[in-house]
Amino acid sequence: MSTRELTVAQALNEALREEMLRNERVFLMGEDIGEYGGIFKVTKDLLKEFGPQRVRDTPISEAAFIGTGVGAAMTGWIPVVEVMWVDFMAVAMDQIINQAAKMKYMSGGQTSVPMVIRTQGGGGRGNAAQHSQSLETLFAHIPGLSVVVPSNPADAKGLLKSAIRRNSPTIFIENKMLYTKRGPVPDGEHLVPLGVGDVVRAGTDVTLISLSRMVDFTLEAAAELENEGISAEVIDLRSLSPLDESLVVRSVEKTNRAVVVHEATRLFGWGGEVCALIQEKAFDYLDAPVLRVATKDVPIPYNRALEKQTLPQVSDIVQAVRSQLG
Amino acid sequence: MEGLVGGSYHSYVGQEAVAVGVCSALAREDTITTTYRGRGQHLAKGASAYRLFAELLGRVDGYCKGKGGPMHICDLETGILGANGIVAGGISHSVGAALTAQMSGSRQVAVAFFGDGAVNQGVFSEAMNLAALWNLPMIFVCENNLYAEMTPLSSYVKNARLVDRAAAFGMVGEVVDGNDVEAVFRAVQSARTRALDGRGPTFLEMMTYRLHGHMLGDPETYRSKEEVAEWRARDPIVRWKTHLLESGLATEGRLAELEQTLDAELASAAERARASLEPGPETILEDVL
Ligand SMILES: Cc1ncc(C[n+]2csc(CCOP(=O)(O)OP(=O)(O)O)c2C)c(N)n1
Ligand SMILES: [Mg+2]
Repeated sequence: MSTRELTVAQALNEALREEMLRNERVFLMGEDIGEYGGIFKVTKDLLKEFGPQRVRDTPISEAAFIGTGVGAAMTGWIPVVEVMWVDFMAVAMDQIINQAAKMKYMSGGQTSVPMVIRTQGGGGRGNAAQHSQSLETLFAHIPGLSVVVPSNPADAKGLLKSAIRRNSPTIFIENKMLYTKRGPVPDGEHLVPLGVGDVVRAGTDVTLISLSRMVDFTLEAAAELENEGISAEVIDLRSLSPLDESLVVRSVEKTNRAVVVHEATRLFGWGGEVCALIQEKAFDYLDAPVLRVATKDVPIPYNRALEKQTLPQVSDIVQAVRSQLG
Repeated sequence: MEGLVGGSYHSYVGQEAVAVGVCSALAREDTITTTYRGRGQHLAKGASAYRLFAELLGRVDGYCKGKGGPMHICDLETGILGANGIVAGGISHSVGAALTAQMSGSRQVAVAFFGDGAVNQGVFSEAMNLAALWNLPMIFVCENNLYAEMTPLSSYVKNARLVDRAAAFGMVGEVVDGNDVEAVFRAVQSARTRALDGRGPTFLEMMTYRLHGHMLGDPETYRSKEEVAEWRARDPIVRWKTHLLESGLATEGRLAELEQTLDAELASAAERARASLEPGPETILEDVL
């Protein structure tokens, strides 16, 4: 299949454009997404093409415009809402957790909320504690929400298109450090289903499970480990909910060891969930305790050196694997 | 009380003229969102008493198959987008419904019902601004019954004229006698015309009173018997009957007949609802995504 090199931002822009062309009821809302094209340029030029009806700049009212999305979705449209930073989702949690996630269930299946909330998270840019969080676990804990956290341009495009076609609310968390990352994106219609993880590197000695920006860190760690004669398999989960449980379990059955790597803080992070999954379903295959590499349990500090030491680094992953095999 | 209804139950008695006046001025295609105190609006919008009772009892024939309960009644066929258990939680959903009506050119109006207490939620102000800014075909119906749960209006706002909030957003606002069904009807009619003419949303402050406690079992220690009696004298149903009789639009006999028919209808709906089946455990996992 032929491909083109795109950045994550460009791939997401293509996904939005294609879905808006495909279905005229898909429309966008968010802050600075129109003329300005979004602070990370994901909605660049869409206002020009689709007009102000379908590309709507909003006041700084996350609760109301997400709630507006809920009402729009219940009345037959497909809103794709941009929340500029995942941290700001906190001011709209009622609309996300109590409203969007529960409408279908509470109504006995009469309504559904086919809405995508796009946002971005993660540290690494010196944005400090209120602009650097990895909050995917919060949403994955809520039945009724799907949570997608892509790591590369092709997945970003294919997963966003699938999310827009889904008949239920999806929290789509991009990573601010990945918008300019380039990679091949297949030409033509490219869909990636939710809930299907990807083995981005095959290996035999240990399974490294991650998503989003940590996939790149984990791949780097795997390359270093190879020099030491350790063969690591790397899984990109792509979505937390639905979670590709069988991919994880099959891999651990083969490698007999696992390390979960995430940028979310450690305590009650999704790594704990994956550890539980592995011990429930692959206990007899394990040769070592499953380990977690995660962000330290503190708000993200501003100072660049401190920030780096707070977030997981490649060396932390390498060390975790060594300790497991040692 | 037989303990057949789970959780808390919030009576609408005393505020009936608001629901009836508003919904009589709406078309079937118009949409509403309501609070937990919503059965009045649901009946007035055309919902079936049987399916409402069945939902209160948590049965399969209920609007939500027994999985929503009184606080989450929803019926898309009559335009009931949903009752809500979160104060002010549904207001922005009506903004969304008004937005899609505007974008589709469908000539529908969206109505959000909420209480006096809801105006102090941030999302209320956000929704007012959005609806005004986008000139949406929407009506904000604030049922000011003078209390938010057990707390009187005077102890939680400096400015008790809630209608003043509308001006802050460049929206038309009006105070309406919420116990006068005709006044409510007329106010909503003109708000609806304004919305359909593309002149934007309206905020209506309906002055009313709930004659029962906030929820079933409320000891009502926060208000005097005299105050309740005063409002009971202004009971909207009694007022409307008196008006019909005085203006010769109905006779005592005709009203008694109507009342009997209604009572019988409701009693039979309630009776049938008791016989509706309980949902089976297989439904627990249905309709999540
Ligand atoms: C966000 C939120 N806070 C608090 C409550 C608890 N609560 C339920 S009803 C209510 C009072 C609301 O008063 P008002 O808006 O005037 O409506 P009314 O009950 O008088 O119809 C409160 C505080 C809630 N359901 N949701
Ligand atoms: Mg009240």
